Amino acid sequence: MNEQHLLEIRDLTIEFALRSGVIRAVDRVSLDIPKGRVTALVGESGSGKSTLASAILNIVSSPGIIKGGSIAFNGSDILKYKANQMQKYRWTDVSMVFQAAQNTLNPVMRIGEQMTETVLSHKKMSREEIVKKASRLLDYVRLEPDRVLKAYPHELSGGMKQRVMIAFSLLLDPQLVIFDEPTTALDVITQDYIFDILQKINREMGITMLLLSHDIAVVARVADRVGVMYAGKLVEIGDTFEIFENPKHPYTAGLIKAAPSLLDDIGKTKSIAGSPPNLLKLPTGCAFHPRCESAKDICRKVAPDLIAVGDGHTAACHLHDPFRKGEKPA
Amino acid sequence: MSSLLELRNVSMIFEQKSGMFGQARTIPALTDVNLEIHPGEIIALVGESGCGKTTLGKVITGLYKATSGELLFYGKNIWSLSKAGFGEYRHSVQLVQQDSYAALNPMRTIFQSLSAPILENKLVKNRKEALDKVSQLLEIVELSPPEQFLEKYPHQLSGGQRQRVLMARAISLNPKLIVADEPVSMVDVSLRLSILNLMASLNRKLGIAFIYITHDLATARYIAQNGRLAVMYLGKIVEQGNMAEVLSNPRHPYLQALLTAVPIPNPRIAKAKRELPLKSLEMPSLLNPPTGCAFHPRCLYASRKCEEEAPPLAPCGNRVIACHHEERVPVWKLASAK
Amino acid sequence: MRAALDFFRIICRNKRSLLGLIILVMFLFMAAVGPLLFKLDMTVSFEGRYQPPSWEHWLGTDFGGRDTFIQLVYGSQEVLTVAFLTAVITMLVGAVLGLVSGLIGGRLDRSIMLVTNLFLTIPNFPILIILAALFTIQNPFSFALVLSAWSWPGLTRTVRSQIISLKERDFIVICRVMGLSHFHIIFKELLPNITSYLSINFIMIMRGAITASVGIMLLGLAPYSPTNWGQMLNLAISQTGGIFNPLGYIYLASPIVCLALFQLGCIFFANGIDEALNPRLRQ
Repeated sequence: MNEQHLLEIRDLTIEFALRSGVIRAVDRVSLDIPKGRVTALVGESGSGKSTLASAILNIVSSPGIIKGGSIAFNGSDILKYKANQMQKYRWTDVSMVFQAAQNTLNPVMRIGEQMTETVLSHKKMSREEIVKKASRLLDYVRLEPDRVLKAYPHELSGGMKQRVMIAFSLLLDPQLVIFDEPTTALDVITQDYIFDILQKINREMGITMLLLSHDIAVVARVADRVGVMYAGKLVEIGDTFEIFENPKHPYTAGLIKAAPSLLDDIGKTKSIAGSPPNLLKLPTGCAFHPRCESAKDICRKVAPDLIAVGDGHTAACHLHDPFRKGEKPA
Repeated sequence: MSSLLELRNVSMIFEQKSGMFGQARTIPALTDVNLEIHPGEIIALVGESGCGKTTLGKVITGLYKATSGELLFYGKNIWSLSKAGFGEYRHSVQLVQQDSYAALNPMRTIFQSLSAPILENKLVKNRKEALDKVSQLLEIVELSPPEQFLEKYPHQLSGGQRQRVLMARAISLNPKLIVADEPVSMVDVSLRLSILNLMASLNRKLGIAFIYITHDLATARYIAQNGRLAVMYLGKIVEQGNMAEVLSNPRHPYLQALLTAVPIPNPRIAKAKRELPLKSLEMPSLLNPPTGCAFHPRCLYASRKCEEEAPPLAPCGNRVIACHHEERVPVWKLASAK
Repeated sequence: MRAALDFFRIICRNKRSLLGLIILVMFLFMAAVGPLLFKLDMTVSFEGRYQPPSWEHWLGTDFGGRDTFIQLVYGSQEVLTVAFLTAVITMLVGAVLGLVSGLIGGRLDRSIMLVTNLFLTIPNFPILIILAALFTIQNPFSFALVLSAWSWPGLTRTVRSQIISLKERDFIVICRVMGLSHFHIIFKELLPNITSYLSINFIMIMRGAITASVGIMLLGLAPYSPTNWGQMLNLAISQTGGIFNPLGYIYLASPIVCLALFQLGCIFFANGIDEALNPRLRQ
């Protein structure tokens, strides 16, 4: 195995058996998370990124079932872990800040008590030590530890609660932290300094991160690598600069063009046609073809595999298949 | 220029009672807001949560009655209008809400939801006419063929489609002004622009004025590129003017901070980003607003005067700014991080 | 019409609520048609007492030689009428008060809630016993009045809280912006959103009313009908000796089994109502 990869996901498939049919939320996704770096997964609602993240902690919620594939953490497949190994792995090896996590704080307990409980449920540590550690982490996320430890959740603003959750995720010195939409529902200024803090945590503490977001614009700042998911598949992954400056998959290119910013020429922004796919009635071939401007016949018939399109850059698109160079659009 | 709607010193103070004997606390959600809306223009109203932008939207749509100040509709105060006059105002100013799922009755089909307002307001005579009109509305918002949507329930549509239904409902009473409160923040990123484009085309083709309420300056810039921008902070407008002009040289320190925080989908600029020009990250509470200029505890340029005296919204060139030290605030450049 | 068909189609798809529906229809049939098929004869005949089940007497006879099954059939009519009337009265009082309280708010809301809470703090069953003792219950209607006297406050509170949360919802707010009438808002927008809740409550109130009515009858506080299941229980204990008389087992057990079955039917049927009335849960 590669020393550099903290987490290696291979051919992971997750299905949800609903009354109306079977949904393949994650479809044969292979993904490496390099140690000490920030990997971002971008995808819209229903793209499967949150399901993928929950599989990393092996907490896929019912009726979801991991149908196949492996998730190797430091070389050992976590899907084969026994209950006690899993208990140690969750939170001490890998922790997660869930979407809208600020609402998961217990409203009737002080922050300090909640942090102590969390630590004690995983390892033996004296209370003073825990408070010391919690204070250091709260300080790190730019909160006043003395005040916050004594506070009840309702006394904190949304941005403060989210920072408390970040401190929570770091309590047991995990090697990997997953952030699921860490700034959705927060204001721009709050969003900005949360990303500031994430960047600092990654650089100074060397913690590996997996960042999930629906908005490609926000990951440009902190991500080292960006993966794009569409309809349960990883359609493109590569170095952040490569992805933004030389996107190969039409969906990635579309997402970048569809994000209005303060810099771009307004005339050039353009939304992606059509609407997100219905997972129960996925199009044949490439799931993106009904919305793709350069779709060819083959795109309607054959689902493309990920192929190398550059250094550490892969994309699942027939247009970049070297054997089909002739069909490549200008 | 005659204005469609004019807000004069509008204040909205909520009273919050705690318990039976507790003292009532006052929350000044809006303080002395002045704003003029011209027929057919687009104004972007930008601010963070708790700045009063949604309250302002509710005052403008007549859902709240301002505690003081006047709301003039074609020069007449709407709260002293006759019943018929107020009815006309009701039709003329419509609202599009953020959460398209919550904004549609889950128990009613799209046709039921869209036909009720036009039937009740006698824009159409019978069900048959209503069907034609609703189909026509759905065509306008690019939901075609309409037959595919009429009998659907809200949960059977995608977020983008539901947002279009809300637009169809908003234009059904032939309004002069639509207040759109964060209409795209819950829509998938790939579809946001198409909703904004739809609003722009309704504005162009039907001459409807829009107030676009948002926390996102990037979409505000997109939709109101030829319109105006008003920035709110803790219940007050702090800077207002022509969109292009204001963004090319933002003057209020708060607006500068807000602009710095906007994510940029370009890693070369985003990664080199500088610190936020702010002294404190926490937004003060409206229950206990700061004295003087509400922004002073977070402002890098604040002086003694800012602590004591609230700055008036004063003209400065083509725009208005509420800042004591406008001349001390350095020039801000979008790509200055580079 | 299509809506009704849809409703039953979905109820039928949910196995549990279908079972509930079958049980309830069975009882309904028993109450509505039963008395036309069988003739109740309450004359005492000592020769025929405690007979075992036979073709002539399906469930045997009681201590007075009277057919147990026919008593059950006549009793079901009695019991169901009382339960239905109670549910109607409770629904009218409870839902209307809750609706008014939630919609109008202010002082009226506070006074209604004060009375409601007062009622809620006093335990239900002891009050029913006192009420039943004070008023002479002579017919199903007066019985239903007594039973509903204490069953509305819970409904009022929940309907009120549902209305309060609904009326702040965006789709109601927009009705106000669009100038829709109060009539439209209440009957076309709000009510459809609580119909399933109200129907579930209707069933559950019926269920509760049956238990309460049988309880009161069992205590002998409303001795107006000898075939009411509660009265049958009462007689089974006082006249037959309850579980001490092996010959009276069937007479004792039959109203109990019917009660249990009816309750089960109610609970199972209510299970599928939400699904059938909510377009989001229908598929």
